[in-house]
Amino acid sequence: MDIKSMKNYLYWLYCQFELITCSYLMEPWEKLLFYTFNITMLVMLLYTAYIFVPVHVSMAFQFFLHLFGNQHENTVSVVK
Amino acid sequence: RQGSGKKMEDTFSILYFQKNGISNGTLYKKTFIEHFEQAPMYVAVLTFLGFGVGTVFGYLRDFMRAWGLEKRNVATEREQQKDFVPLYQDFENFYTRNLYMRIRDNWNRPICSVPGPQFDLMERVTDDYNWTFRFTGRTIKNVINMGSYNYLGFAETDVNALKTVTIELQKYGTGICSTRQEMGTLDKHIELEKLVANFLGVEDAMVFGMGFATNSMNIPALVGKGCLILSDELNHTSLVLGARLSGATIRIFKHNNMQSLEKLLRDAIIYGQPRSRRAWRKIIILVEGIYSMEGSIVRLPEIVSLKKKYKAYLYLDEAHSIGAVGATGRGVVEYFGMSPDDVDVLMGTFTKSFGAAGGYIAGRKDLVDFLRTHSHSAVYATSMCPPVAEQIIRAMKCLMGLDGTTQGLQRVRQLGKNTRYFRRRLHEMGFIIYGNDDSPVVPLLLYMPGKIGAFARRMLEKNIGVVVVGFPATPITESRARFCVSAAHTREMLNTVLNALDELGDFLQLKYSRYSKSSHPELYEETRLELED
Repeated sequence: MDIKSMKNYLYWLYCQFELITCSYLMEPWEKLLFYTFNITMLVMLLYTAYIFVPVHVSMAFQFFLHLFGNQHENTVSVVK
Repeated sequence: RQGSGKKMEDTFSILYFQKNGISNGTLYKKTFIEHFEQAPMYVAVLTFLGFGVGTVFGYLRDFMRAWGLEKRNVATEREQQKDFVPLYQDFENFYTRNLYMRIRDNWNRPICSVPGPQFDLMERVTDDYNWTFRFTGRTIKNVINMGSYNYLGFAETDVNALKTVTIELQKYGTGICSTRQEMGTLDKHIELEKLVANFLGVEDAMVFGMGFATNSMNIPALVGKGCLILSDELNHTSLVLGARLSGATIRIFKHNNMQSLEKLLRDAIIYGQPRSRRAWRKIIILVEGIYSMEGSIVRLPEIVSLKKKYKAYLYLDEAHSIGAVGATGRGVVEYFGMSPDDVDVLMGTFTKSFGAAGGYIAGRKDLVDFLRTHSHSAVYATSMCPPVAEQIIRAMKCLMGLDGTTQGLQRVRQLGKNTRYFRRRLHEMGFIIYGNDDSPVVPLLLYMPGKIGAFARRMLEKNIGVVVVGFPATPITESRARFCVSAAHTREMLNTVLNALDELGDFLQLKYSRYSKSSHPELYEETRLELED
């Protein structure tokens, strides 16, 4: 039953998307065009994020580390 | 139009006070509560998004039509006229071609029975996305009617009720074939005019065959060049047309906003006419009793006090409010407890509450005598036909109690109860409703263009007929569904409609109101003492 309510919920979300973006009013070929465009944009966005976000995050992290004093190594040593 | 909330201890809803219209304590005898709640910001953003997508696809379709990739169903210029000034390039035509056509099946639906509380619809389908329709031959029966202006329920086919109308039909026939000034004044018209004057409590009245024409043909007779018309922002097209035809100067004040009106009046008196600085020959204020798109009631006491102070005239169009508000159905003048002598020109129509057609203008005897000679309608338009006049006579007699029963008063009371119940339940459910708590016109805001079509179609599937309104009649982002409550609706019908609205409101996410949310209204059923009375 959980699967059924999940499917209903997803269908309802799809209906909301259709209503908000006016694709409820479109003819089938227009809908195809619109969804193709949207999905293409989404896939490109996700792919770009996947490639570039980790590199940028690590570069930003290193930049801030450099900003707060030139310590690349661990200078805290254990004093007995 | 902002509202600020203020919780009260023992009521289910929250009172809103309009920022620019705190009611003057001494002028209003009862509280004047109007709601114009603004939707949350994300709703406006999503509405614009929806219109943006619609516009982009509109341009795409126009491109395809212009380059011959798609069959042209629209009106276009002929080949020989291609070099002339283009006819169909403005926004109105663009909107009609690309957005209105997609949801056109929700308007102009042919009905095939009397528009009472329930009616029959002819079923029609479209094969090519609303460019053409065809009738399947089936009728959809007993659709609950939430769109007709049948406020007192006089649109009925009961043989006993229509007995006098049948007699008059057989006596006079249907045609008049003349104008009022030639040979079109019947004894029925005299009787009706006396009755209307008696009903409203004025000296005399004159009736016309068409409600729209009453406004558009009589305002030019009353004002002319050198006069000033101060008209409300949201006045009906008939008033606007009449004002433009008259040739007077027109100035617009914000809807129901007395500060704006007073400023215009002061400027008019101080500065006079534009170039010559002479005094205006006449200053007339055009307002309506109930505005049919907003459901708001005019602030009559304040307007009357303003008009007395600045010596202006008042023209009150009671098309929707005559019969529908007031303790005995005599309109907004009675609703506010004022005397009809305060309003110079009382205008109204018989289309809405009386189940007939036509309009009237009432007031002092010299005003009406002037109109009998100078109105364009009296000179050129055919007068009201006798069976229709008799229908108005019998409805008005019923309303005044002259037929010996209390049926008229019961209808008015039933309308008031239905109105208050309907509005209260809708507020509790969380919809955004505009207008005064006592007006039988209930606009429910939909906002997004996609939801307009979905709402109307789904309500028809549930056997309820509603009227949805979109761009040219309302601002582009505030599309709405307009319900007209009737005295003929029973509590069961209203409950059916409310349950359907509840379900649909959850499915389409229409419950935008941030204020009144009663989570378990059904628990209050028993303890809800008759607050409606």
